[in-house]
Amino acid sequence: MTSVLVPILAGTVVAATPLIYAAMGELLVERSGVLNLGVEGMMLMGAVAAFGLRIAGYPAVVAALAAALAGAASAFAFAFLALTLRTNQYAAGLALTILGSGLSGFIGHNYGGLSVESIAHVHLGALSELPVVGPVVFAQDPMVYLALALTAAIAWFLYRTKAGLVVRVIGEAPHSALAIGYDVIRIRYFTTLFGGAMAGLGGAYLSLSYTPLWVEDMTAGRGWIALALVVFASWRPARLLLGAWLFGGLSVIQLFTQGFGIALPSELLSAMPYVATIIVLVAISRNTRTLRLKAPVSLAQAFHPDN
Amino acid sequence: MFRLALEARAEPQRFMRLGAPIVALLLTTLASAPLFWSLGLNPLLTLKIFFVEPLSTANGISEWLLKASPLVLIALGLSVGFRANVWNIGAEGMYTVGAICAAWLALHFGEGMHRWLLPAMMLAGALGGMAWAAIPALLKTRASANEILVTLMLNYVAALLLAYLVNGPMQDPEGLNYPQTASFGPSALFTPLWKGMRINGSVFVTLAAMLLYWAFVESSFIGFQMKVSGIAPTAARYAGFRQSRMIWLSLMVSGATAGLAGMMEAAGPLGQLSPVISPGYGFAAIIVAFVGRLSPLGVLLGGLLLSLLYLGGEAVQMSLNVPASLARTFQGLLLFFLLSADVLIAYRVRVRRRQ
Repeated sequence: MTSVLVPILAGTVVAATPLIYAAMGELLVERSGVLNLGVEGMMLMGAVAAFGLRIAGYPAVVAALAAALAGAASAFAFAFLALTLRTNQYAAGLALTILGSGLSGFIGHNYGGLSVESIAHVHLGALSELPVVGPVVFAQDPMVYLALALTAAIAWFLYRTKAGLVVRVIGEAPHSALAIGYDVIRIRYFTTLFGGAMAGLGGAYLSLSYTPLWVEDMTAGRGWIALALVVFASWRPARLLLGAWLFGGLSVIQLFTQGFGIALPSELLSAMPYVATIIVLVAISRNTRTLRLKAPVSLAQAFHPDN
Repeated sequence: MFRLALEARAEPQRFMRLGAPIVALLLTTLASAPLFWSLGLNPLLTLKIFFVEPLSTANGISEWLLKASPLVLIALGLSVGFRANVWNIGAEGMYTVGAICAAWLALHFGEGMHRWLLPAMMLAGALGGMAWAAIPALLKTRASANEILVTLMLNYVAALLLAYLVNGPMQDPEGLNYPQTASFGPSALFTPLWKGMRINGSVFVTLAAMLLYWAFVESSFIGFQMKVSGIAPTAARYAGFRQSRMIWLSLMVSGATAGLAGMMEAAGPLGQLSPVISPGYGFAAIIVAFVGRLSPLGVLLGGLLLSLLYLGGEAVQMSLNVPASLARTFQGLLLFFLLSADVLIAYRVRVRRRQ
């Protein structure tokens, strides 16, 4: 039993990691009242930036940092449109997704067929040798732990610091925040750029570790699944983590179904995470009242300081 | 430090409403220069090959209109929903399912139906697209599931469904195991309008759809209701306009047009199904609708522009080896600059010194 269980659990943690990065970033962005639908595009920009630097011989740390920068730079383009020019946030996010997909393909057109050395996994001596828990928890690569650390940091920031409180207030009642003297637009710029950096890291994880190569549109909808995860988590970090593992598990289990003697065509199995996203959305959205209570009130609305 | 400030205009600038797409196109062209430089190409020469070369032959014009047709058709359907703030970004999936349904008819009734086969395929394509669109409509109206995420997820599901079908049940038994269906028979194909060119009668379907859309926007009550609920949702609610009816109508219309467009591609230039049957028409059509300001004539111009971007992308790919993703980069830039330029319709931009 453990011979199947260990790869499934370890794979779940791995498959959940890009979702954790992207969705935790977006969670903070949405808590400040901004809806950036461009997660997919920012992840792709991060993925191609990280891969490009790794191919050029830079260490993985530098590549990951560059990915965070690329994600933040992409987010800046969105922020300028949505925050400074107050365009429709849905449209601006879509534009970012289309642009990110095209531009990352353009930048990465020479990277096809190349691969990089995957990030080394940690080895914690006896801990990593433990049955089941060892390989699943104590022998992943550093980016897996960084995702968890950042999740904890964001949760702490949102609920335990004054700045986090300000972010939440701006998401719920931006005009009140302005009246007390907070620069709503500037703070939303910070959260949006941070969300972009997180999405970029999620993309970097894909191209540096998950499948250490570059393929056009390699995110395959993970940016959108991350957006759905934020709704699923009703904007709470702990629930988001659970949701990401659930989805990670789903996308890993399909790889093992054939081992269990279930013979479904591989294409239909690959459709599972997308169908599951829809089912989860339906399940969570049915209860409109609680969802409306938990969603940031000013989400996706342009902020006009003068009315 | 300087800071941009927006001042609301007393009334919207009409000129900018029409001028914004042109400004956006100019900015896109400017922004493309560094991309070409990075490949060691002369931007001016490349742009000439991109924008002028494709339209310099009669065959080029035929290809231009042929590609514009599905873009315009899908964008017209999407515009209905965008008016009412229903965000369908799943046209790509509806297009795919429409093409699958039409292809099924073509492969099973290729013999015998003759005259009625094409109309039946058109119906099947539209119905297929509508059935796919019914999923987000049902989930939105019954469970208030966000239509953006549902339609987008269904794009991936439809693509995988197509991949499964052309590798399995619909695969050509004599096709040497290639992932594709058999080629459609002659009665399942649109006949070209001119010999030696690919443009065919399906463009008239798009023209007919333009007229229908125009009538819908200009003179139907439900068209007016949708416009109101898009601009002022609260007013629409007070007036008693039923939200769920508008969601259903938006998604059914855009599903039908996208499905029909899929059928037209399958029974036109493609002539069979393979795992990839669209160069992203479903997403490009969103930009077409925006560029066209949701008006019938505007959508036509927008469709011609986006079609040219596809052709130009292919032209520079073939003659200068520019990566194929350039077309999508152009699309993204165009939408970005269009949204920025749109700000000038309602606002005056002032640069202020920060105190």
